[in-house]
Amino acid sequence: MSEELLELAERVVAQAGAGEQIEAYVSRGGDTEVRVYQGEVEHFVSAQSEGIGIRVIRDGRTGFASAGTLDPAAIAEVLAEARDNVGFGTVDEWAGLAEPDGVPVTEQVLWDEALASYPTERKIELARELERLTAATDRRVRVEESNYADAWGEAAVATTTGIRQAGRENGCYVSISTMASEEGGDETQTGFGFSVGRSPEAFDLDKAAREAADRATRLLGATKPTSRRLTVVLDPFVTAQFLGVISSTLNGEAVVKGRSLFRDRLDELIASPSVTLVDDPTDPRAYTATDVDGEGLAARRNVLIEDGVLRRFVHSSYSARRAGTVSTGNAVRGGFGGTPGVGCLALQLLPGNRSQDELVAEVDDGVLIQSVSGIHSGVNPISGDFSTGAAGLLITNGQVGAPVREFTIASTLQRMLTDVVEIGGDVEWLPMRAAGVSLVIRDVTMSGA
Amino acid sequence: MIERDVLQRVLAGALRTGAEFAEVYGEDKRSTSVGLDDGRIEQVTSSRSRGAGIRVVKGDTTGYAHTSDLSERGLLAAAEAAAAAAGRGDGLARVVALTPRAANRVNEIAVAPDSIGKAAKVEVLQRVDEAARGTGPEVVQVSAGYADSHKRVLVANSDGLLTDDEQTRVLLRVSAVASGDTGMQTGFQSMGHTIGWEVFDTVDVEALARDAARQAITKLRARPAPSGALPVVIQRGSGGVLFHEACGHGLEADLIAKGASVYAGKVGELVASPLVTLVDDGTMAGEWGTLGIDDEGHPTQRNVLIQDGVLTDYMWDFLRARAEGRPQSGNGRRQSYQHLPMVRMTNTFVLDGAEDPDDIVAATDHGVYVAHLGGGSVNTATGDFVFGMTEAYLIENGRITEPLRDGNLIGNGPQVLRDIDLLGNDFAMGNPGTCGKDGQGVPVGDGQPTLRVRSLTVGGTAA
Repeated sequence: MSEELLELAERVVAQAGAGEQIEAYVSRGGDTEVRVYQGEVEHFVSAQSEGIGIRVIRDGRTGFASAGTLDPAAIAEVLAEARDNVGFGTVDEWAGLAEPDGVPVTEQVLWDEALASYPTERKIELARELERLTAATDRRVRVEESNYADAWGEAAVATTTGIRQAGRENGCYVSISTMASEEGGDETQTGFGFSVGRSPEAFDLDKAAREAADRATRLLGATKPTSRRLTVVLDPFVTAQFLGVISSTLNGEAVVKGRSLFRDRLDELIASPSVTLVDDPTDPRAYTATDVDGEGLAARRNVLIEDGVLRRFVHSSYSARRAGTVSTGNAVRGGFGGTPGVGCLALQLLPGNRSQDELVAEVDDGVLIQSVSGIHSGVNPISGDFSTGAAGLLITNGQVGAPVREFTIASTLQRMLTDVVEIGGDVEWLPMRAAGVSLVIRDVTMSGA
Repeated sequence: MIERDVLQRVLAGALRTGAEFAEVYGEDKRSTSVGLDDGRIEQVTSSRSRGAGIRVVKGDTTGYAHTSDLSERGLLAAAEAAAAAAGRGDGLARVVALTPRAANRVNEIAVAPDSIGKAAKVEVLQRVDEAARGTGPEVVQVSAGYADSHKRVLVANSDGLLTDDEQTRVLLRVSAVASGDTGMQTGFQSMGHTIGWEVFDTVDVEALARDAARQAITKLRARPAPSGALPVVIQRGSGGVLFHEACGHGLEADLIAKGASVYAGKVGELVASPLVTLVDDGTMAGEWGTLGIDDEGHPTQRNVLIQDGVLTDYMWDFLRARAEGRPQSGNGRRQSYQHLPMVRMTNTFVLDGAEDPDDIVAATDHGVYVAHLGGGSVNTATGDFVFGMTEAYLIENGRITEPLRDGNLIGNGPQVLRDIDLLGNDFAMGNPGTCGKDGQGVPVGDGQPTLRVRSLTVGGTAA
């Protein structure tokens, strides 16, 4: 199937004139979303889409156009628009497409035939089963929604510089949102749970149900804590969100444009020596594992921070050319509608070897952070200021105790990296671009009452 | 976009399994965007998106499918998929007769952005870049974006509705980075309207750019924000997001129906300070959340949600209104033809109070003055919400003093609404926003006069 897309992309590229670089990115995909509420299907969405994005570079100027169709007349129009748009770009001496770099592609199993042919009725049944299991965990818990979702996609990219890649992948997940209240009480707390896999056989519904119930019930009776400095233990899910913020400071495009606060710190100590941060999309356990990046170069393992020392920024071919280095295979694209940017693909912190309970046992005055909110509004990755809303459980003398909510935790990204005390051994593979693991950070400000 | 007789046959096909309701939503959108960064026009982008979504409602189940193939064959295939998704069954053949209805023309477009050359759009960004960089030598980086779009929308349903609309948008955003001994700081400004190119006759883009640069430069001397509960004064036009999060989402009927809102069952009760009258209005000329019809074909309208502190009504879409046997409120929206509609806000704002804004600051001994807010988010079931402050100052002895570094503010919706103790007489709409819910983003507007919240938790690091 993907071969057909590749041929389509190559036909576009073949139309390049003298002195013209062309990249064609063609994709097609579909998804299914089932939502169950109180045993009934609330909605069932079955969606398919396809489209093409064409990038043209001439004399250092770039133009781009896209359309959500693979109709031949529309493709001709897209190419003409992209060519027209070239004339309005500023000359950029570093503008250019990726070129084959000889790095071999790590073959990965990204397509599951069992999922591709999984019957609709079973998908609905999975969402129903998850709702049943969750509702049965605790009388105080009710379910807001139970979801099954899957997606498949195939894509091809071809360029006048000799890139020629095609591939396809699929995946699925179930998720559940819960609310908990004491009988007769008017306080409500919320929780969520999920399970992901290349195939529904990989789901752990019991775990998703239990976590969704626990997250909601353990916050019942939560109060607003008093403001102070203390140690935070981030739950794996929260750590993954934290790593997402850190990744924008290690982005090669931010570095060459002067927007990274670590831009001059290569080979310096920027974190606690316990921190080793790797971006490894070739690790098959990662939900976002992939074989090629958005420009068609092999995805690869990059060590970004090693024993606290900043070793590498991630680059696309463009940011690498500007920085005088080579692409790290980190071009990312959000589909056919845009040109590739730069980003981490599958981050993970090198884990330690202790459980969350063992980490907590070392903390005299702290808080176990179960969830954060406002990561997109109160964190400034350029200045480094970090402040998010949070909910969790107080830790006193090594024991997890009273639930707390409606407070913030704040520090700076620079300080948080150096204030890392320990990384847990409890790696969790999440449906995000970073894996989760428990993370202990000292000297964070908690703002509450 | 699609002929009436084709729509009638597609709707009849969608109803074949005995469904009670079917709908075709067609969309044809063209957009142009220009990105400037690092002193360069990085690229001009053109895009086209065209397709239809078909919704079938049978009992409590909604089936949805969409297609980019607008031929009768493509539409019938999508109708069949949507019908199958809504559940099996047999029904009597039903004939659907569509009666065209004209949409409100809420926005007059004087100059369609499509009629303007790309060079002029590039030039706007170059002016922005120059103005931002010219604000001060501390400005080390500027990025800016321009985007316009023209969307034709068509809605037909098995109740006989046939209506269409045209939506034009123009958006400009600029962000600046300033650098100094204290590190780097950022500033941001934007404007967005549902009118045409004539917006540039009245908007001073250089002033917009200079304001973004000024924010970044000012923050170079900012000190860490305080930590703890303090009175917070929010400048006019910057804090609509507070209401969007503190109660807007909680007044969406889909969340109410599931008991996932702290405002469920509270109609007729005092839920806010008597100073507060909150309105959601999709008809305001030119505003970012304005539409002639919502994405279910219902005309937008002005809905008073809270009157003098008393909760008067929720916001409704087709499904939730049908379940309650009441009229829709023009709040059924979707990101695109690839998405199911749900209850969403349009332009949400608080009406003027009586105070002079200067008096509000003067009446505050020690607190925080927020001049620009970033985004926010809310847990509607608990009411806890956060929003980011991207330009803020300390208030000391009734005067605005030193700038503060960025941070989040956190509060509980019902509590914060009750804690609004001073409301200004200087109403203004705020920056264009994109509201995210259930994975879909839609354009929204917000606004408010300068106001004070007696106590909000400021999430800084200073004691």
